[in-house]
Amino acid sequence: MDTAILQMKNISKSFPGVKALSDVNFSVQKGEIHCLVGENGAGKSTLMKVLSGVYPFGDYEGEILYDGKVQRFKDIADSERAGIAIIYQELALVPEMAVYENILLGHEIRKGLGIDWNKMIVRANELLAKVHLKTNPEMKVRDLGVGKQQLVEIAKALSRDVRLLILDEPTAALNEDDCDNLLDLIVGLKNSGVTCVLISHKLREVIRIADKVTVLRDGRTIVTLDASKGEVNENILIKHMVGREITNIYPERKRIEVGEIALETRHWGAIVAQSERHVLDDISIMARKGEIIGIAGLMGSGRTELARSIFGNPDGYRLSGELLVHGSPVNFTSPRQAIRAGIAYATEDRKGNGLILIQDIKANITLANLKAIARHGMAVDDNKEITAAEKYREMLNIKTPSVEQKVVNLSGGNQQKVSVAKWLFAGPDVLIFDEPTRGIDVGAKYEIYCIMNDLAAKGMCIVMISSELPEILGMSDRIYIVSSGKISGELSRAEATQEKIMQMATNY
Amino acid sequence: MKSIDIRKMIRANLRDYGMYIALVVIMGIFTVATNGLFLSSRNIANLLNQTGYIAVLAFGMTLIIVIRHIDLSVGFLAGFLGAVAAIALTAWHLPLIVVLPMTLAMGVVAGLITAYPVAKLGVPAFVASLAGWLIYRGAILLVTAQTGTIIIPDATFNAIGNGYIPDITQSQTFLPGIHKLTLLLGLFTIVWFIFKQLRTRASKIAYKFEVLALNLFVVKIVLMSLVIGFITWILAGYNGLSWTVVIVLVIAIVYDYVTQQTVLGRHIYAVGGNPEAAELSGISVRKITFTVFGSMGFLTALSGILFTSRLQSATPQAGQLFEMDAIAAAYIGGVSAAGGVGKITGSLIGALVYMSLMNGMNLLGTDISLQYVIRGAVLAAAVIFDVATRRGKK
Repeated sequence: MDTAILQMKNISKSFPGVKALSDVNFSVQKGEIHCLVGENGAGKSTLMKVLSGVYPFGDYEGEILYDGKVQRFKDIADSERAGIAIIYQELALVPEMAVYENILLGHEIRKGLGIDWNKMIVRANELLAKVHLKTNPEMKVRDLGVGKQQLVEIAKALSRDVRLLILDEPTAALNEDDCDNLLDLIVGLKNSGVTCVLISHKLREVIRIADKVTVLRDGRTIVTLDASKGEVNENILIKHMVGREITNIYPERKRIEVGEIALETRHWGAIVAQSERHVLDDISIMARKGEIIGIAGLMGSGRTELARSIFGNPDGYRLSGELLVHGSPVNFTSPRQAIRAGIAYATEDRKGNGLILIQDIKANITLANLKAIARHGMAVDDNKEITAAEKYREMLNIKTPSVEQKVVNLSGGNQQKVSVAKWLFAGPDVLIFDEPTRGIDVGAKYEIYCIMNDLAAKGMCIVMISSELPEILGMSDRIYIVSSGKISGELSRAEATQEKIMQMATNY
Repeated sequence: MKSIDIRKMIRANLRDYGMYIALVVIMGIFTVATNGLFLSSRNIANLLNQTGYIAVLAFGMTLIIVIRHIDLSVGFLAGFLGAVAAIALTAWHLPLIVVLPMTLAMGVVAGLITAYPVAKLGVPAFVASLAGWLIYRGAILLVTAQTGTIIIPDATFNAIGNGYIPDITQSQTFLPGIHKLTLLLGLFTIVWFIFKQLRTRASKIAYKFEVLALNLFVVKIVLMSLVIGFITWILAGYNGLSWTVVIVLVIAIVYDYVTQQTVLGRHIYAVGGNPEAAELSGISVRKITFTVFGSMGFLTALSGILFTSRLQSATPQAGQLFEMDAIAAAYIGGVSAAGGVGKITGSLIGALVYMSLMNGMNLLGTDISLQYVIRGAVLAAAVIFDVATRRGKK
């Protein structure tokens, strides 16, 4: 068959000390949706960076055939010219610029020396229609939700006559609705002749739209599966990804005795001071020792705001209502006070505001509780620090040659473990996880779940915010559903189903 | 016992080594070009005294840049505070024991004032300190308007920038012409250094951590001891240690300890590395900002005292462009504009590199216009090297 738009043959790529890719073969047929799956660190992103010229020709071994010709991309501009566009999970838009300016950035329509703004807007509108995004093109990208920003990014790619569109975890930050829209759009693009490569951790969406799936593991091609032959299903995918069959995605949650109430809010409200916008309104929830509480809700429903308003309110909301820790009312004015009261908050955005990427693992782990390893509470004892970090490295199975490795060099799953280690080292009674498994692979997810179960069994109170319904259902003892800044429902483990949660989450 | 891979260590510290090598190369070139005059005891003593007031500024500036800010006001503030000290001594007839702490305290207050709009209101430090630059420039002209240059007759004050530590004995028979106390202090430093190294190594081994292989460890100790010994010998050959060098070394040691070994230091680097993550880890970014700017103000006052004392007078032009020299020294010393990276030891070496260039070119009689060009080129080269080695590490 000679309809392959792309063939990557025997691709190998090494970093100092690590072989990221070895002899990878990856071939995409014209007009198909080809999913690339694998655990974190399997080499998916590296492979796409080789393709797009981020790692230029000569930096890797092997051969790239695109359109039947051998390609030697020197940089991204080179691969773009050939009609290849990559959309990363971290969006590359200019937030302060308007939608249409972003779409045509670098491809402005000229009029003499200047720019033809009207034509730009017309052209942008055409492209927005293609991605089914109804928005004013003169709006600033900053004011759009993540889902819409993603669509703007795709419109931007389409403006360049893209023929091979690569999406790197496009749905990781999206809610169910936006996910559905995006997946429909990808199918639509396929019908209009654009070939898509989709990298994703969400196997169900892979199963839903993939024509072919290639599984990578440890930098090698494991298998390419064909959906039309009925080869693509969750069990098979997981088996190939981890090299073993995971019978349970979630560890068994033994019903354990719950203790007294550790954290409670009464009629909790939060208002953005400048705009008088209510982000939280009349929220009354409680969580007991030994319990895992799930907080479900769509993106933007106020889940993260709830966590942050409890955790010392770093955003400076005007708060109302009562917050009680171990039964006594508290009034935190900074995260520092919340931490002292035994609350920890592992943020949803590890790289942005969770970890200090340029520092090493040990410094990140000890940061929130440096006093514990300091002589007289002042001078940091290096040896104690290494010992403490090593303890968590073993306990949480953080895969790294040394705790002096910089966090930026770790995979997503291992970064998440460092973040967990950091908060365990602070010795909290209440641990709030915001999207604990975002962007990490199945194997690491399972480990994180086990850690959460262990902690709860030891009497810690765990609050888990998550967009993934199966995770909420699989892990929580009790579930609160947040919608538009209010609690729209509470379900016990026994009564919860995906349908009920979705219904409550979308019930404004 | 685990040994550290030597090549890995060199790669990890390439930036630091590069700086030391640059210093040695620059000093070597000037020594040859001046037929050894550059490395003479007298010139080295002079060079170190010149470096003093820029070095202390560079220490403060390094921390400011580490937490992703900048302070342009320090040059004229140093000049202004120097003038205030001069006026306090000559016009108000205050005793030196009052004037010094008063000047330093004023420096801290000035630093906190700069920090206020930055930490509390989110005003960019560039703008806030630019306002300070203008204000202190005006202030220094104002206080010297009537008198012009203020001559300071106080011998003790002037000794800070010009004097040397006394010797233990004036004996002319034992090592004539050599400053014995300096020699003794140097010897003491070597012993202390070796002791400290051995102790760190022993505790690392006790914890079963990686250590340098024994032969390399010995090489390192011998090499460092030779360097300390050599510097001591040169200094002892003239008047010995100057008070400026003593002050700068004490400040450097204290600051290095605080930044590298203490909780406060970790918090500063955390705020520089990722302010949001630091805040969410229970660190008050605001408090750290005030602390770092306060320390900058303190060091600015010290710089003003050192400079005024060196000139034995306060002039309306004092402090001009000090901030730029300090920023240049900090960048040569390896601080990163992206925040979170930069050491006190680095900025000390940076200041030495920068001032060696000036000193050496002055000895050679290089035209002043060319001097600026060369200084600019060295700064550019240092930063390019910095960026290149950083990228290589990834």
